[in-house]
Amino acid sequence: MEYTFIIVLLPFLSFLFLGLAGKKLAPRVAGYVGTAVLAISAALSYLAAWQYFTTAKVGGVFKPWSMDFRWLNFTKDLHIDLGMLIDPIAVMMLVVITTVSLMVHLYSIGYMHGERGFQRYYAFLSLFTFSMLGLVVATNIFQMYIFWELVGVSSYLLIGFYYTKPEAVAASKKAFIVTRFADLGFLVGILLLSFYTGTFSFERLTSGDASLFNEAGGVTFMGCSVIGWALALIFIGGAGKSAMFPLHVWLPDAMEGPTPVSALIHAATMVVAGVYLVARLFPVYYLEAPDVLVLIAIVGAVTSLYAAVVACVQTDIKRVLAFSTISQIGFMMVGLGVSGLEGHEGLGYMASMFHLFTHAMFKALLFLGAGAIIHAVHSNEMGHMGGLRKYLPVTRFTFLIACLAIAGIPPFSGFFSKDEILAATFHFSPLLGAVMSFTAGLTAFYMFRLYYRIFWNKETRHDHAPHEAPRSMTIPLVFLAFVTLVAGPIPFGKFVTSDRAEYLIHLDWTVAGASVAIALVAIALATLLYRKESAIPDRLATSFKGLYTAAYKRFYLDELYLFVTKKIIFNGISRPIAWFDRHVVDGTMNGFATLSQRVSCAIRGFQSGQVQQYVMVILLGTLFITVLVLFI
Amino acid sequence: MEKLHLEYYLVVSIIMFFAGIYGFITRRNLLAILISIELILNSVDINFALFNRFLFPGQLEGFFFTLFAIGVSACETAVAIAIIINIYRNIRNIQVKNLEQLKD
Repeated sequence: MEYTFIIVLLPFLSFLFLGLAGKKLAPRVAGYVGTAVLAISAALSYLAAWQYFTTAKVGGVFKPWSMDFRWLNFTKDLHIDLGMLIDPIAVMMLVVITTVSLMVHLYSIGYMHGERGFQRYYAFLSLFTFSMLGLVVATNIFQMYIFWELVGVSSYLLIGFYYTKPEAVAASKKAFIVTRFADLGFLVGILLLSFYTGTFSFERLTSGDASLFNEAGGVTFMGCSVIGWALALIFIGGAGKSAMFPLHVWLPDAMEGPTPVSALIHAATMVVAGVYLVARLFPVYYLEAPDVLVLIAIVGAVTSLYAAVVACVQTDIKRVLAFSTISQIGFMMVGLGVSGLEGHEGLGYMASMFHLFTHAMFKALLFLGAGAIIHAVHSNEMGHMGGLRKYLPVTRFTFLIACLAIAGIPPFSGFFSKDEILAATFHFSPLLGAVMSFTAGLTAFYMFRLYYRIFWNKETRHDHAPHEAPRSMTIPLVFLAFVTLVAGPIPFGKFVTSDRAEYLIHLDWTVAGASVAIALVAIALATLLYRKESAIPDRLATSFKGLYTAAYKRFYLDELYLFVTKKIIFNGISRPIAWFDRHVVDGTMNGFATLSQRVSCAIRGFQSGQVQQYVMVILLGTLFITVLVLFI
Repeated sequence: MEKLHLEYYLVVSIIMFFAGIYGFITRRNLLAILISIELILNSVDINFALFNRFLFPGQLEGFFFTLFAIGVSACETAVAIAIIINIYRNIRNIQVKNLEQLKD
């Protein structure tokens, strides 16, 4: 399995090449190079997946394969390794990342055609792909942290790709700062966890060896075990990247970046890093801090309900998709939170990973579809669309498939994964299950609202007739739609489970039937309201004005953040510190500077620049010393 | 004829040396200053030759050093004159009181 190393390395080389030599290449060539490199990476990941899933099974359990080399050697016990850990979830993520990334690379050739900085764009895409691949194959939590920050940086670079647009710059800063803030929790969590367990390695942490945690056994802080705190802090890091409530504020704004970037980073790969992190450490969570898992489930449920409500009223199509992403990641978190570890208890884990897989495909498809629509009408606003079904047939059908998948209609892939999450949630707590079912209904509603507002409803007048996207953009759409169509019946339980043993999926038809019924009702409602132009939505909006405005303004969370940061933190903390810095710290230094300037002004008279004067002084001095020596 | 003593030579050398110093300090023209420096150097050369002749007869280090110093001072004069010519090209003047820009 050594060749898996190449999967990670290739995008990095491509980044270096495009970053250094990009200016000399024709834009088209840069695009082809990036895409070709990714194609090789993707092919190797498929090979790795096939080889791993067919050969690595020992005694009914998948055996992880890993290689490590020591990177930073601090002391005998404390060292940081870099390496490759190949186990079922890592392999699954390799496949997801390389597939979506390849599709996005291909799509961007058409979408970004003629943009300034085309080569730079491809260099950043490669950098992101490299970091994300490095993240999923990390053998230890520290390596993961390094790549975690790298994906943060590449996300920042790509959101701010249109750096002449002030909104894009603000959005990239916001994304970086919010996730950085969460990463602080992650770092503290890593330090706590490794301090008490004495290891960074995932394999050792998740081996189920309880003796690792002995040392921390008696240590508590504010009534919770210190390991619980560490895991909760690590989850905060994950929540920041995965846009969990209340750290989700950066994701909707991140839509200022180019649309393919949103598809790759803010829908399919980077935002599920938090889910992946929890899944990676799942045995630790389950055995050492089950309370934190409950917290994760609750945070996931709140997030997904909140985001679904907000998504129902947004008018920018990318914002709708962004909130939908947040909501779906909430589903995955709930799946992990309600899961058990062994055998049949592990349904939630398996379902969450399955949903991660299917969601990556259909959400990337939705975003790429949205990109094709934006490409056609040059606007993000629903108001400028409507009646596009005649002009964009391919986009329309692939978009419809993705909508059906996310709404949970069989036999599309989303149905299977989401249904299993719902089943696991009902098994854990019927109340939580009901909330999630309601959210699933909302999902179906807002997705079809989006679909009808774009492709049906009132036709808007366009200056020139919208046209279907070029081939390089429609091929990825068709490919992802195909995956969405066929991925559902994959026996996922055979491959990725919490205990790495086989899990037999059997559908719980009560839950499945109920959720399909809810989804159908929601779709019917959306059809009623939005298929034809009608006054009902506006009337509803007026009669529930308070709720509508609140949801449209995302329940004022951004305003709350601004209030806390601008009014309280800036005025209460930053300004006094700034005053101290300006007057006390700078004042001292300025004082030194002024003093030495005064002194030098006073003595500069000696330096007349007249050499003869100097010689005179030297001469007199010499004579004086001579006289001194001779006569005294 | 009375034998010439070391002191006679030294008196000449000292007169030359201080004449040089006096000229260096009081002259206002760069060329005159350069000439004064030559005077100082030559007085020192006389000393070298002198001490070699009187104190270490039969050895040659002092003479060689004198020749060496004459060579170096020739080079130095060439450089100094080049500098003076450049100064003249820049400020049309070689009066030393006008050369104060370097102090700032």
